Amino acid sequence: MMKLDAKIPDGPLAGKWDRCRFESRLVSPANKRKFQVLVVGTGLAGASAAATLAELGYQVKAFCIQDSPRRAHSIAAQGGINAAKNYQNDGDSVFRLFYDTIKGGDFRAREANVYRLAQVSNNIIDQCVAQGVPFAREYGGTLANRSFGGAQVSRTFYARGQTGQQLLLGAYSAMMRQVAAGRVTLYPRREMMDLVLIDGKAKGIVCRNLVSGHIERYSGHAVVLATGGYGNVYFLSTNAMASNVTAAWRAYKRGAGFANPAFVQIHPTCIPVHGDYQSKLTLMSESLRNDGRVWVPGKTGDTRKPQDIPEAERDYYLERKYPSFGNLVPRDVASRNAKEVCDQGRGVGDTGLAVYLDFRDAIQRDGIEVILKKYGNLFQMYERITAQDPGSQPMMIYPAVHYAMGGLWVDYNLMGTIPGLFVLGEANFSDHGANRLGASALMQGLADGYFILPYTIGHYLAEAGAAALSTDDAAFAGVEEEAGRRIAALLKNRGTGKKGLETVDALHRRLGLLLWDHCGMARNREGLEKALALIPELRQEFWDRVAVPGSGQELNQSLERAGRVADFMEFAEIMVQDALAREESCGCHLRDESQTAEHEALRDDANFSHVAVWEYAGEGRPAVLHREPLAFENVTPSQRSYK
Amino acid sequence: MAAKTITLNLKIWRQAGAGASGRFEAYRLERLDTDMSFPEMLDVLNERLTLEGREPVAFDHDCREGICGMCGAVVDGIAHGPAKETTLCQLHLRHFQDGQTLTIEPFRAKAFPVVKDLVVDRSALDRVIQAGGFISVNTGSAPDANGIPVPQHKAEQAMDAAACIGCGACIASCPNAAAMLFVGAKISQLALLPQGELEREQRALAMVQAMDREGFGNCTNQRECEAVCPKGISIRNIARLNREFLRAAFIGEPLK
Repeated sequence: MMKLDAKIPDGPLAGKWDRCRFESRLVSPANKRKFQVLVVGTGLAGASAAATLAELGYQVKAFCIQDSPRRAHSIAAQGGINAAKNYQNDGDSVFRLFYDTIKGGDFRAREANVYRLAQVSNNIIDQCVAQGVPFAREYGGTLANRSFGGAQVSRTFYARGQTGQQLLLGAYSAMMRQVAAGRVTLYPRREMMDLVLIDGKAKGIVCRNLVSGHIERYSGHAVVLATGGYGNVYFLSTNAMASNVTAAWRAYKRGAGFANPAFVQIHPTCIPVHGDYQSKLTLMSESLRNDGRVWVPGKTGDTRKPQDIPEAERDYYLERKYPSFGNLVPRDVASRNAKEVCDQGRGVGDTGLAVYLDFRDAIQRDGIEVILKKYGNLFQMYERITAQDPGSQPMMIYPAVHYAMGGLWVDYNLMGTIPGLFVLGEANFSDHGANRLGASALMQGLADGYFILPYTIGHYLAEAGAAALSTDDAAFAGVEEEAGRRIAALLKNRGTGKKGLETVDALHRRLGLLLWDHCGMARNREGLEKALALIPELRQEFWDRVAVPGSGQELNQSLERAGRVADFMEFAEIMVQDALAREESCGCHLRDESQTAEHEALRDDANFSHVAVWEYAGEGRPAVLHREPLAFENVTPSQRSYK
Repeated sequence: MAAKTITLNLKIWRQAGAGASGRFEAYRLERLDTDMSFPEMLDVLNERLTLEGREPVAFDHDCREGICGMCGAVVDGIAHGPAKETTLCQLHLRHFQDGQTLTIEPFRAKAFPVVKDLVVDRSALDRVIQAGGFISVNTGSAPDANGIPVPQHKAEQAMDAAACIGCGACIASCPNAAAMLFVGAKISQLALLPQGELEREQRALAMVQAMDREGFGNCTNQRECEAVCPKGISIRNIARLNREFLRAAFIGEPLK
C-alpha cells in the first residue's frame, strides 16, 4: 500500500527551504565521487541537474533520446522565464510570484513547493546570465523584462522568441563542460525501457540503444527522471515528436505514484489543424494576445472573408464576456471559449475549427513597424506555415494540447514513492497545480535541476550509502527480459504484409481523437465513461493489428514509436479515470457538471482540495486512488474571476 | 488554406547502416496537399511502405517547428531544401511544382558518418562544444544578474550568433565540410559578452583544435554555409573566429 508523505518541513513558509537544507545530511566532498547518479532526459531539468551534480563531484550518466542533448524539447519554449527579481521596481516580490503561481494553478499545488520555486527563481537568472545566456537588455545594459500571460508585473526575462533554446543551450554547455571533465558520461540515442528496483529502491535502468537496438543495463545509486510531459497521448500536440510517457509510465508500473494525470494544459494560440496527414501543432506565443483581438462572426455559417465582415457583425467574445481582462484571460479560459464558439458553428477557416486573432486595430494604432518589431518573427513563422500574412489579414488560431501539469508524484525533496527515484521538471506534478502560468515551465525545470535536487539528493545518498553497484543482479536480468518480450510482441506482424494491419501513427491518431473528444477542454461523466470503455478495445486492437516493419536489432523508428504508443494506450486509462474521479472544475480541468450559473468553472474545495495519486495494482486490476490533502495556511483559496 | 494537391517523384538515398553501401530508390507520391511539410510528406511515404510490408525511410526529426536542429537532408543539392532560412521541417510542399522530381540525400561530410538512410551521426559537434563552448561557472557562484551589464547592441549581436540550432547544414553544404560557421557562432556569442572574456583565448584555441581533430575542413570563403543556414547566421562570425584564433595564437597561453 502506497504511503504519501510530502515531507514538508515544519515552521513558517519562508523558512521551510532553509530548514530543509540545514536538516539534510551532506555527503562529504571526498565521498561524492563514490556515488553514481543516472539522469534520464537532458532538457532544462535533466541537463541542469547533470551539470550541477557533476560540479559537486558526483559521477553522472546522462541519457537522451535525440542524437544530442541540445535537442530536448525545452528548446522550443518561446516566451520567457519568470523570476521575482523586481528589477522593474513595480511591486514584485517572492511572495507575489508565489501567490500568482498558486492562484494560477487554481489552488491545487502545495504552498511549500511553490514558495520555494519563487525563492530560487532569482538564482536561476543569475546563473543563466553568468553562463552567457543572451537575455534581452535595456540600452543601459541592464536586463529587460516584459509582462507575460496577463501578469500585473513585468517579471519575465526573455531572449527574443527563443528563451527556451537559450536557457537549454546554457544548461547543455554547462553539462558539456562536465563531460570534458570526465564527470558526466553522455548516452545519446538511448531510450529508457524500464526502471530497475533492488530491495525496493531505484538502482538502475534498462535502455534501448536506438542505433544498434541492443538492450543495455545501467546501475546507479539513484535514478533521476527528467523525461518531460505526456501531451503526445493526444497524438496532436505542440510537443516534439519523440516526447512520450514511457519512462514515467514504466516507473509507475514499478510502484511510483502518478499524480493528477488529468491535468493537461490546452494552449489557446496555436495554428489550427489543416489536414489528416498532420503530425503536430505549432504554438504561436501567447504574447500575441497583448495586441491581437480575438473574434468570430456573430452569426453561424458566415463564410464571408474576415475583411468583408463589418464591425457590428463581429463578436469579440473574450472582450464581451470578460471586460476587465479581455483578450488576456488565462489560457484555460481562452481555450474553452474558443471551443465554445466553434461548437456553436461560428468557427472560421476550412474546418470551422479556428477563431481569428486580429492585429488590424493594433496596426492602425501603432503602425505596422511597431507591431513587426514586437511580433515579426512570429508573423514570419505563421506565414511560413500557412502562406498567409497576419499583417494584412487576421491570423487563425485554435487551442492545442501543450503542457502536462500532472506527472509522477514527488515529495518536497522531489523523490517519488520509490526510494531513490527522483523526478524533475514537467515529468513531476509538483508546482503548477491544475494550470500552469506562462513563463513558469522554464523556471520550474531549472529550479529543480540547478537548485533543488542537488541538495535533496545528497540527503538520500548520505542515508543510503555508496554500496558497490552491479548490473549482474537478477533484477536487471528480469527487467531486460521483459523489455525484450515487449519488443518481440510489437514486431509480431512484421514483414507479413497481412491485410487489416494498421500503422502505429494511425492507431495513435485514433487514441488521440478519442481523448480529445472525451477528455479534452471540457469533460463530463458520460463522455469519460465512454472513453473508459473504448480505450481497452483500442489497446487490444493495437496489439493485434499494429504493423511494425524491420527488426529490433537496428535503428527502427517505427518500433520506437510503437513502444511509446503502447504505453500511451495504457496511460490514457488512468488519465480518464482521474478526470472522472475529479468531479469539480479547476484550472485546465472543466467538468461540465461543475459550473456556475454563468457557465464558468466551479471549483469544489470541500471535496477536491487534494492531489489525486494513482497506484498501479497489477495487470488487469484497476489503479488505486490515494489522496494527498492540500493545506492552505498562507493564502486563502478564492474563486478565480476575470469578468 | 485552400487544398491544392501535387504529385512528386522522390529519389531517396537508402543505406542500411554505417558500413553498408547505399543507393537511390524512386517513389511516386500522388495527391500531396501543398500545405504539408516535408517530414509530413515522408510520413505519408512511410505509412505506405509500412502497410506494404517494406522498410520505411529513416530520417531524423523532432520538434517540427524549426528550433531543435534534429532534422535535415539535402534536397536537390541544397541542405534543408530551396526555401531561404528554413529548416527541412518548415519547408512546405507549396514550394514545389506538380510532377517535380526531388533528390533527397543525407548531410554528407567526413565527420558525419551515415547511420541509416537520411540519418547521420553529428556527435562531432557535441565534442567541439566540449572543448570550450561554455563559460566555466559552477551553479551557485554567479553574481547578481544585473551586476554584469551588457550593452544592448552587444547582447543583440551575441543573440544573433546564439540562434544557431546545431543542425550541421553549414557543414553539409561546404565543399570543405568546414564547421567554421557553427564554431564561429559559438565563439562569437561568448566573445561578445563580458562573461566570456576570461576564457577567450583558451576557448578559441581549444575549439579550433577540436574542429581539426574531428575531421572538419577549413574555410575558403565559399559562403555556402551562410546561404543554407536556417537561422541566417552571418559569415561575419567566421571572420570573428579567425580574429579570435589569431589573437589567441599571439597572446594566449599554448594549450596543455
